[in-house]
Amino acid sequence: MTGDAVVRLDGAVVLSSGFPLLSGVDLELASGSLSVVTGANGAGKTSLLRLLAGLVALSAGRGSVVGVDLLEGDLRQLRRRVGWLGHEGSFYDDLSVRENLAFAARALGRPTSAIEDVVERVGLTHRIDTTTKQLSAGQRRRLGLSWLLLRRPELWLLDEPYASLDDEGRTFFDGLLGDVVAGGATVVLSAHDPLRSTALHPRTLCIAGGRIVSDVT
Amino acid sequence: MIRIAWLVALKDLRIEARSRVLLWQVLPFGAMALLLSGLALGPTHAGHSSAGPGLFYLVTLFVALLMINRSQAIERTPGTRASIATLGLDPAGVFLGKTLALAIELWVSGVVLLCGAVLVLHTALHGALLALPSILVTLGAMAAAGTLYGALTSGGEGAATLLPVLTLPAFAPLLISGERSFSAALNHGALWQWWVIVVVALVAYLGVGILLYGVLEES
Amino acid sequence: MMKQLSQRLLGPVTLVLLALTFWLGMWVTPPDKVQGDLVRLVYVHPAIAWVALYVSFGTATIASALYLWKRTRSMVMDRVAHCAMEVSVVFIILTLITGSIWGRPTWGVWWAWDARLTSTAILGVLAVGYLALRRANDDPTLRARRSAVFAILSAINVPIIHFSVLWWKTLHQGATVFTANRTLLIHGIMAWTLLISFVAFTLLFFWLLRARYRLEESRDRARSAALATSLDMRRREGAI
Repeated sequence: MTGDAVVRLDGAVVLSSGFPLLSGVDLELASGSLSVVTGANGAGKTSLLRLLAGLVALSAGRGSVVGVDLLEGDLRQLRRRVGWLGHEGSFYDDLSVRENLAFAARALGRPTSAIEDVVERVGLTHRIDTTTKQLSAGQRRRLGLSWLLLRRPELWLLDEPYASLDDEGRTFFDGLLGDVVAGGATVVLSAHDPLRSTALHPRTLCIAGGRIVSDVT
Repeated sequence: MIRIAWLVALKDLRIEARSRVLLWQVLPFGAMALLLSGLALGPTHAGHSSAGPGLFYLVTLFVALLMINRSQAIERTPGTRASIATLGLDPAGVFLGKTLALAIELWVSGVVLLCGAVLVLHTALHGALLALPSILVTLGAMAAAGTLYGALTSGGEGAATLLPVLTLPAFAPLLISGERSFSAALNHGALWQWWVIVVVALVAYLGVGILLYGVLEES
Repeated sequence: MMKQLSQRLLGPVTLVLLALTFWLGMWVTPPDKVQGDLVRLVYVHPAIAWVALYVSFGTATIASALYLWKRTRSMVMDRVAHCAMEVSVVFIILTLITGSIWGRPTWGVWWAWDARLTSTAILGVLAVGYLALRRANDDPTLRARRSAVFAILSAINVPIIHFSVLWWKTLHQGATVFTANRTLLIHGIMAWTLLISFVAFTLLFFWLLRARYRLEESRDRARSAALATSLDMRRREGAI
């Protein structure tokens, strides 16, 4: 095991109503790395990301994420240090882009002055005062990214971030990921297929039956 | 804790102000329930009944159930729960914030329904005004209890039907003490013991919520 | 050795004491001057109510508190709380039935708006609500946490409900066995029968609790075995 591993899982099992979503995952991710988790529907991609985010409990095995033990540690502290972008959309639908971001910034004790910068970076400036439910799926995804940019977490967990993005959006997103990794953050994202980007060189983990069945760097 | 409480309360109230569920769905339901109460009493008793305070609280209680469901539904849209969880908010602050927002919504509903009771059930206006402080504290206790029970049932199978089963027994003493205080105010009677019940319930729910809301959120 | 012996003797001793209560209550103790044979319910109703409202509900509350306390948190506590609350529901229903039977000739109606009767009925709904809450959540940890918090809330509610209903209205007769200054009101064989009934029904609670706990343990073992199979099947999905 390397000393600067951000994620360490050893035989991780996650159960939901008695069904093993993850059936024994062994994984180690280095700090500042980019990893893509691929696999079919129901393979366990989202469950793995949710485990790393401290959103579901470890039922068996051992693990630690950003130094927090998944069995004994304070999962609230873990969750404060990771950023999550779900594929369902992530915000209060009746609040505007600005209000959602202001809520997150204030909750984390960050200045709200950075909101306009991050919104500009994801190309949502013209929609900053629009309520979230009026945004398209792709715009919601961009809002999710601005939320993460505002938070600057150590570990980015992105659940199918390329879904509902057009070509321009995918190119923009590839560039953003490159910057984030270059900045020292660790990124794990899930996707149905391996990344098409030629600029990024991620580690590709294939998951099936709740376990990692191939690992290509 | 207080900072997070304010933040959460303002967020909930802003969402309510924008969605207007209280105005367009809950209050019309409450008004209809008051009218139905009059109809259920029959033409002889509808306008001359001492049941006014009890019916007011019964209707308020059903309105509270709708508001509790709404308060939890805000947090349960797909993905929102996960994103908000990664903010790692102080659970005691979240509990207090949601309780405060729910209490304010219930106070608004309570005042509107009180006007309805004066108008429809011919409850004496002077007595209703005297009863207002006890109504506000009772609704505050309902808000604290409702936030806790709402979190207990949220996301479970049949949450909307489970909520009344769990909440109504806890609301029973609040209904009793609220109704008795209200009746005492109408008749200028003594009411100290009803204040004891409501204040003890309010303090108990706030205490349990501050201590244990995190346990519910963790799950 | 002693533990095994006491566990083995729990059932027979309970049955013997229940039979003794029945024999003493029905044939040995005298009828009351005012209530006649109806007074024989005193050897059943108070003991059942004692188990329903104090022993079983209390056991469920203490076990829930121990589950919430991090140092004592274990699924054993969750199981004890669940089993005790199930037994509590049975005893609360029996309390209401025997109370109603006793109340019919006394009050002239099956249901009176009496303080203790009303608060027991509300408590019954709380206990049923606890079981409904457990059924609504499949995940064992989620279920254990939520039901433990609900049990604590219910325990806090018990005195609030009791005093609110008591102050609201009371028709119930005063304390049956003790007066307010703890003077025993009934004497001799009646007092002994009453004492035996309390012991018998308390032991019955622990006997039922143990049986229910064992059933839950065997269900958990079956779940663990099923989990091993589903883990194996899940892993095989990845091998295909």
